[in-house]
Amino acid sequence: MTLASDSGGARDRGGPAQPLLSVRGLVKHFPVKTGVFGGAGRVVRAVDHIAFEVSKRETLGIVGESGCGKSTTARLLMHIIARDAGEILFDGEKVGARELDLSSYRRQVQMVFQDSHASLNPRLTVEDTVAFGPRVHGVSRSTALRQAHDLLNRVGLEPARFGGRYPHELSGGQRQRVNIARALALQPRLLILDEPVSALDKSVEAQVLNLLLDLKDEFGLTYLFISHDLNVVRYMSDRVMVMYLGKAVEVGPSDVILKDPRHPYTTALLASMPSMDPDNRTEEAPLFGDPPNPIDPPPGCRFHTRCKFAAPVCSAREPGLGADLGDDLVHRVACHMADPSSGHPGAVAAMERA
Amino acid sequence: MSEAIVDVRGLTVEFSGPPPVRAVGGVDLTLVPGEVLALLGESGSGKSVTLRALMRLLPKRAAIGGTIRVDARDVRQMGAAELSAYRGSTIAMIFQEPGLAFDPVYSVGDQIAEAVVRHEGAAWAQGRRRALELFERVRIPSAARRLDSYPHEMSGGMRQRAMIALALSCRPKVLLADEPTTALDATVQIQILLLLRELQRELGLAVIFVTHDIGVATEIADRIAVMYAGRIVETGSCRAVIRACAHPYTQGLLASRAGQAFERGGRLQAIPGAPPDLSRLMPGCAFAPRCAKVRDACRSGLPAELPVGAGHVARCILLQKDPLASLSTV
Repeated sequence: MTLASDSGGARDRGGPAQPLLSVRGLVKHFPVKTGVFGGAGRVVRAVDHIAFEVSKRETLGIVGESGCGKSTTARLLMHIIARDAGEILFDGEKVGARELDLSSYRRQVQMVFQDSHASLNPRLTVEDTVAFGPRVHGVSRSTALRQAHDLLNRVGLEPARFGGRYPHELSGGQRQRVNIARALALQPRLLILDEPVSALDKSVEAQVLNLLLDLKDEFGLTYLFISHDLNVVRYMSDRVMVMYLGKAVEVGPSDVILKDPRHPYTTALLASMPSMDPDNRTEEAPLFGDPPNPIDPPPGCRFHTRCKFAAPVCSAREPGLGADLGDDLVHRVACHMADPSSGHPGAVAAMERA
Repeated sequence: MSEAIVDVRGLTVEFSGPPPVRAVGGVDLTLVPGEVLALLGESGSGKSVTLRALMRLLPKRAAIGGTIRVDARDVRQMGAAELSAYRGSTIAMIFQEPGLAFDPVYSVGDQIAEAVVRHEGAAWAQGRRRALELFERVRIPSAARRLDSYPHEMSGGMRQRAMIALALSCRPKVLLADEPTTALDATVQIQILLLLRELQRELGLAVIFVTHDIGVATEIADRIAVMYAGRIVETGSCRAVIRACAHPYTQGLLASRAGQAFERGGRLQAIPGAPPDLSRLMPGCAFAPRCAKVRDACRSGLPAELPVGAGHVARCILLQKDPLASLSTV
């Protein structure tokens, strides 16, 4: 297929070793609206100094609960909202600077949202929706439509049957396929998928996940896959980053993180999944209470208020994402227990285990 | 086994058009006291409509057929006064969005007290006392202070606990739960499920728990009824349905779950197609257009409920000839 051959190779600058995306010190604080008399500028620390990299053709999964900053991270990467601090490098080039202007960056990075209905223009037919991006970027209508039909075929929507329909005439799964086709229309290299299957029925979810895996192979894509569902993230991702209240708490290969989690929050998140075994039900909730408010998050480790291993050092000092815990795989965790020099009583035991 | 507290026979619900939509097409349900039944299904399968029919919460344009007996009373024949007494003290419901179920302009404690005063003719102070007891029971931290909170001041998990307290305030015998954990985070969801299980056991409640999540159903249910396109296609004990499901739809749902036995990189066994349009249902089995094991006979008549095992039935004609053949495919 013509579309496939064009992606990847020709536009690759730094070679396979250079990360497609590297993010450093990303920060976004939202000011909280206060009353008439103002108030001392309270902020929601939605994303607070996050750094990560996405290699070429890999899938990085981001998991976390509501308010952890995963969707804000996605929006910051897309430049839908402006970041307060931090740097985004795309294939080695600084985004938004002279090296890589926003328009050419956005051609290479596209996004699929959770709400398949709200993210489509109700007045555009399916084929016009998919052709819209290329038209804006100067492709002729007939060429754009031809490409749109190719893409619709590729995502499993027959162009003759669905091309002329409007979004309200489609099911949720079909609309999400249109969103995926639209995201692919500009032949991007990175696709940011923000909870793409969360609103779909289970029987349709599997179809869309399969489609995403096929498209990744065919177009040589790189995915940033955001979800609250650990099962889905485990299935889709090569590496996983776990977020809690605006911070990355654990990063590593998905098999390692989900089989041998080191951060107490990751462990609790895994243990909170329904057991699927009627004879072996969950008897004790791994955590009590809701995640704290991201306005004025707890000092030190943000998880210490719910952590059963919390020690004095946890509320006094914030743990950094430490050194690699494995031999050759980069598995890092922001927990004092993983750092023997932290003074946490559990640190030694954790080291002995490793 | 004790007498059924909920007994539904041939329930149909049709919303007048255009086009008319048959949301529920003949549902039979029985529930004994102290039993938890999970109604499992996707959006549009009729599970929430079934639940609302039990509470008579459907709009006027919904035509209800069949019989609904709860606690030996005919729900369909109830007048306005009887209905209002029935809701709350015999049967109560919790919803997916507690933020929408509470009145935003009254404190949560007052809303619970009001229910107690209204139903039991109790004094206000007694109602507030009951509210406090219930808040402690559902483990809301600093319960006494939280009674004066307004719904928007509470987190999602706490609001759901408060709604459970409200639902239990008039000591119902049957609790209806409509996806109460779907909007919650994973770590909060499991807390609410465990709380419901504990309260259900202690109070001997009969619970109908509507969910789209097999994992959630497995955590909470004694029995599971799988709904598809307005009908129950399979019913059995939780164990039987999870371990030895017989209906191709249930099998497909279990097989398509990401995670579980699936290794990364492999393909998920997706069920093809999409759920049917309820305003244009074809004759025969509604799952036939998506079923991998479909035969000509599936499209001609509605499959009857056929036995799979003890207390385990499914509506699939494949069970007719050789029940073992379809069992072995699990």
